Amino acid sequence: MDILDYIISNWGLIVTRTGEHVAIVGVAVALAVLTGVPIGVAISQNRRLAEAVLYVASMVITIPSIALFGMMIPILSLFGQGIGYLPAVIAVLLYSQLPIIRNTYAAIRNLDPALREAARGMGLTRGQRLREVELPLALPVIVTGVRLAVVMNIGVTAIAAYIGAGGLGTFISRGISQTDPRQLVTGALAVSLLAIVADLALLWLQRKLTSPGLRTR
Amino acid sequence: MIRLHQVSKTFPGSTVPAVDRVSLEVPAGEICVLLGPSGCGKTTTMKMVNRLIEPSSGDILIDGRSTSDCDVTQLRRSIGYVIQQIGLFPNKTVEDNICIVPDILGWDRRKSRERAAELLDMVALEPGAFLHRYPRELSGGQQQRIGVLRAIAADPPVLLMDEPFGAIDPINRVIIQDEFLKMQAQIRKTILFVSHDIDEAVKMADRIAIFRDGRLVQYDTPDNILAHPASSFVSDFVGGDRTLKRLQLLTVRDAMLADPPRVRAADSLKQAVATMEEHGHQTIVLVGPRGRARGYVPLQAARGAAGTVGENHEALPTTIRPNEDLRTAVSTMFRHDVSWLACVDEDGMYLGYVTLRGITRLLSETYRDG
Ligand SMILES: Nc1ncnc2c1ncn2[C@@H]1O[C@H](COP(=O)(O)OP(=O)(O)O)[C@@H](O)[C@H]1O
Ligand SMILES: [Mg+2]
Repeated sequence: MDILDYIISNWGLIVTRTGEHVAIVGVAVALAVLTGVPIGVAISQNRRLAEAVLYVASMVITIPSIALFGMMIPILSLFGQGIGYLPAVIAVLLYSQLPIIRNTYAAIRNLDPALREAARGMGLTRGQRLREVELPLALPVIVTGVRLAVVMNIGVTAIAAYIGAGGLGTFISRGISQTDPRQLVTGALAVSLLAIVADLALLWLQRKLTSPGLRTR
Repeated sequence: MIRLHQVSKTFPGSTVPAVDRVSLEVPAGEICVLLGPSGCGKTTTMKMVNRLIEPSSGDILIDGRSTSDCDVTQLRRSIGYVIQQIGLFPNKTVEDNICIVPDILGWDRRKSRERAAELLDMVALEPGAFLHRYPRELSGGQQQRIGVLRAIAADPPVLLMDEPFGAIDPINRVIIQDEFLKMQAQIRKTILFVSHDIDEAVKMADRIAIFRDGRLVQYDTPDNILAHPASSFVSDFVGGDRTLKRLQLLTVRDAMLADPPRVRAADSLKQAVATMEEHGHQTIVLVGPRGRARGYVPLQAARGAAGTVGENHEALPTTIRPNEDLRTAVSTMFRHDVSWLACVDEDGMYLGYVTLRGITRLLSETYRDG
């Protein structure tokens, strides 16, 4: 009951922290879509390049987030941004590349070659083929990558509380340092709930964006 | 008009050309079927026309203009393209699939949608039921019909079709072929059509181009290919039953004896016998007052008998129209166990007759003069 009391009396703070959390993940994943999708499309032309890019993106994801934050502090300090919002966004942006690039690449590569052949034969330019056919068909798979990135990085962002980025992770970090289970559990609960809600929201968006012609049943 | 002049293609990393100095000309409004075994260069030849494959040497002209002088995107938009795998865009409705080229050409949306509906009507697909469906909701045959409509939506003068009906089951293939020929009679496109099926080629082609190992070995009308194969390769490819295939190409009119003698109901059997003997016929057809075929009199039964034709004739087991093909004529004869058929027009007027012997003679004549 302590926990419930804590949540009720700190409701305003929880909402603020959730807002901070969403601001980090939302902005960073949005930027990651803007970079990852074009990269995924570009490398679908060249297998060797694709392997290299995917290899680098996989390496990035193996760096523990704490280590990544640590590495960014001296670099970003040069611009006076060593801790706080910016390094958190950059970390999420980097971690999001792999799922988004990989899914975009795979979706474009797996398109039925007959579609590309027909589109090329009818005189669609590369841009028209992407817009009219390839991206609409790849979209469900790309959004799956985005969902993965969002869920994964809601967790990463919780750690960013240690570099002063705010967000729901502050409840957890304070809960640990003050040995206060009420804050700890509130933070953990809120992070999990946010991940589930975000995933469901994106699932809904995915359904909305997918052409009815692609629904399987 | 499509003209290929000494066109060759050697793929990178290959020493032998996939297409070797091919020259041919497809007159406007005709269907040219590229025919040959798998790997002989038919698809490569076709794809050089819309420059999906660039020729290594030679020149391709469409209506006198070299395709290498055209902007490749504009060129492809002016050439309809149909492939065996169909390649309808699954994310687009039937309507939007058909209108893809008009849309990228910036045509008025309402007009192109109206045209899509008209085109669906042409292939007997109810526009109201199909315009807003998605490809996955259609059968293979329906999808390929849409594939063909998509290719002609922007009204290109030239059409390339690579084994378009190859993946469709045999029963539906015949239907869709017939439908396409009917449509072609209206739209009169200049068509390059790839096939490896001699029966399809004979049926669809105004001219057949037979390929072997990248070379054009014979280019002629279907009947000449069947009657006079240029080499043993061609005669093997068209098959031992090529004479039977020719029956499909010839019509009853080609073998019909027109305006033969006839008798009327009031004529006596004696007169009928005299007429038959004079012309060396075994039977004679009885016509009504306006010339409709009413029955026939066999010579054997009439000989020595008294009375009029009107009282002593037999019913015609069946008749045939002059525009039917000879294959139909022969199978009708076999079915009714007769060796001749009376030919009548749509009003039943007697025009002449065909005999099994006459058909045999017609087929062997063309062999002799070659
Ligand atoms: N893109 C390509 N690269 C290399 N070789 C090819 C290519 N396309 C076709 N070929 C070769 O060219 C020859 C003719 O192929 P194709 O024109 O597809 O034959 P067909 O359509 O008559 O079956 C074949 O030997 C094939 O292997
Ligand atoms: Mg082929």
